[in-house]
Amino acid sequence: MSSSRVIPLATLPSAAQQRWRRWKSHAVAVALALCTLAVTAPLFMVVYFLVARGASALDWNFFTQIPKPPGEIGGGMANAIVGTFELLAMAAVVGVPLGVMGAIYLAEYGSDRANYWIRFSADVLNGVPSIVWGMVIYLMLVVPFKTFSAYAAGIALGIMMVPLVMRTTEEVLVLVPQSYREAALALGIARWKVITEIVLKTALKGIITGVLVALARIAGETAPLLFTALGNAFWNHNLKEPIAALPLQIFAYAISPYDDWHRQAWAGAIVLMALILGLNILVRFFSRGHKSS
Amino acid sequence: MTTISEPPSVSSTTSRTVAEPVSAAPAALPAVPEEIAFDIKDFCLWYGARQALYDVKIQIPAKKVTAIIGPSGCGKSTFLRALNRMHEVTPGTRLTGSLRLFGADLYSAGVEPAVVRRRVGMVFQKSNPFPTLSIGENVLVGLRLNGIRDRDLLQQRLENSLRQAALWDEVKDHLSRPGVSLSGGQQQRLCIARALAVQPEVLLMDEPCSALDPLATAKIEELIQTLRDDYTVIIVTHNMQQAARCSDRTAFFYLGKLIEYDETRRVFTTPSNPQTEAYVSGRFG
Repeated sequence: MSSSRVIPLATLPSAAQQRWRRWKSHAVAVALALCTLAVTAPLFMVVYFLVARGASALDWNFFTQIPKPPGEIGGGMANAIVGTFELLAMAAVVGVPLGVMGAIYLAEYGSDRANYWIRFSADVLNGVPSIVWGMVIYLMLVVPFKTFSAYAAGIALGIMMVPLVMRTTEEVLVLVPQSYREAALALGIARWKVITEIVLKTALKGIITGVLVALARIAGETAPLLFTALGNAFWNHNLKEPIAALPLQIFAYAISPYDDWHRQAWAGAIVLMALILGLNILVRFFSRGHKSS
Repeated sequence: MTTISEPPSVSSTTSRTVAEPVSAAPAALPAVPEEIAFDIKDFCLWYGARQALYDVKIQIPAKKVTAIIGPSGCGKSTFLRALNRMHEVTPGTRLTGSLRLFGADLYSAGVEPAVVRRRVGMVFQKSNPFPTLSIGENVLVGLRLNGIRDRDLLQQRLENSLRQAALWDEVKDHLSRPGVSLSGGQQQRLCIARALAVQPEVLLMDEPCSALDPLATAKIEELIQTLRDDYTVIIVTHNMQQAARCSDRTAFFYLGKLIEYDETRRVFTTPSNPQTEAYVSGRFG
């Protein structure tokens, strides 16, 4: 079909227009790179300040000695480091079974209606401020026994872990194909055994990942510890007594008037960050195999 | 075992033409002593409000291969799963009617599904060896998780089941490799060995070859012939040639009803129901 008028094709841009377009492309790329830098800069800032202020206090004494009175040189945070590990262990003992069992109910037994409300409650619990947890556990576990204790702190941190562990575990349990459950049931294996031996084992990597992420989150929580563990200048020999923990010690040292303690607070922060970094690296290690399967 | 030259087909459906000598009372005990594995009467099954099986009445003989054929959605998988109570995994199912395995009512109040499933094993369409277990552990998982610890017995069952599944020679040196490292056909045979290790009386197979290539399919069909000596096999298949090759009896389901049930050669050469004839000759389905 021909027409008398030639309809022009879209005209190619002139050389000047092309230069302008290329410049715009580059400008946007540079702007995006700057944004990425802005996002990652705080991490580098944190690392820089921690290392600049605290590296000088990281010596053998720091890791092996308990705090010395202000004015005396030396002393460290050994009891706080060990205390943090003890609290994380207790929190795991409380939080992991509750979270995993709740997730098993959601994934294997729950009805749609019940599950909706359980998940809703878990999300609300997730958002409860940690200081509120501290106050509640103070009322429930510190006042009746008339003592601050490691138990109360461990339980507080454990309860904070439950919603996180429950949600991540539920997600991986639901990912286990139904065909495995059916194959196991068809062999005449009892249902609870199918869940523990087949479903949980298949989802184990994902569950461990979720637990590690939850641990990394509660490792740095200070507010609940203020009301439950109180802190301890000495080694804790009985879990019914107050216990030192890194966040508590850092707080106590940071608001003190002593320079030596300030440096040790920075050093404690380095150790705490290293702990959380370690947990995150473990998470990456575990989820590598998980994602590829 | 007396060999029977012309056994009357133990059919309980009403649509069979009386063309050859049969026992005088078709619904009562057969004239020749052929053991009945499954005796099913007035069997109806609902998924929620939707009825999936309508008044199925069938007697499945022991130590024979029975094929269940029919177009998609006709209820054959539903029926198969009802035979070992696997439909209870789906919430909202209910059923009426009686289903007896060698005389025992499988749905009576005190009977646990796990006990039923140890007597009636199942192999699924897509092979599903457990990914966290090795080949040997996969075969023995049914025994181990039911509390059997005797190492000699386990070793014996391991070898027997793998031999029966025609897999022993291929894997005997690699028993600790992961179960999922085998090919598709080998995985399906591994699943058969796993089901056989529990020593069920009946083996249900839900389209076991539909995900496999022709060579692997042929191996499994051979396997089914050898299993017939020791187990009652019920196989659901949408492949009519496979049903004609492998089975002694064939049941044709359509829209949830059992249309015809007879000896395989009769169903495929001279079916008595026009719907069966239409399906078998490829006019629909």
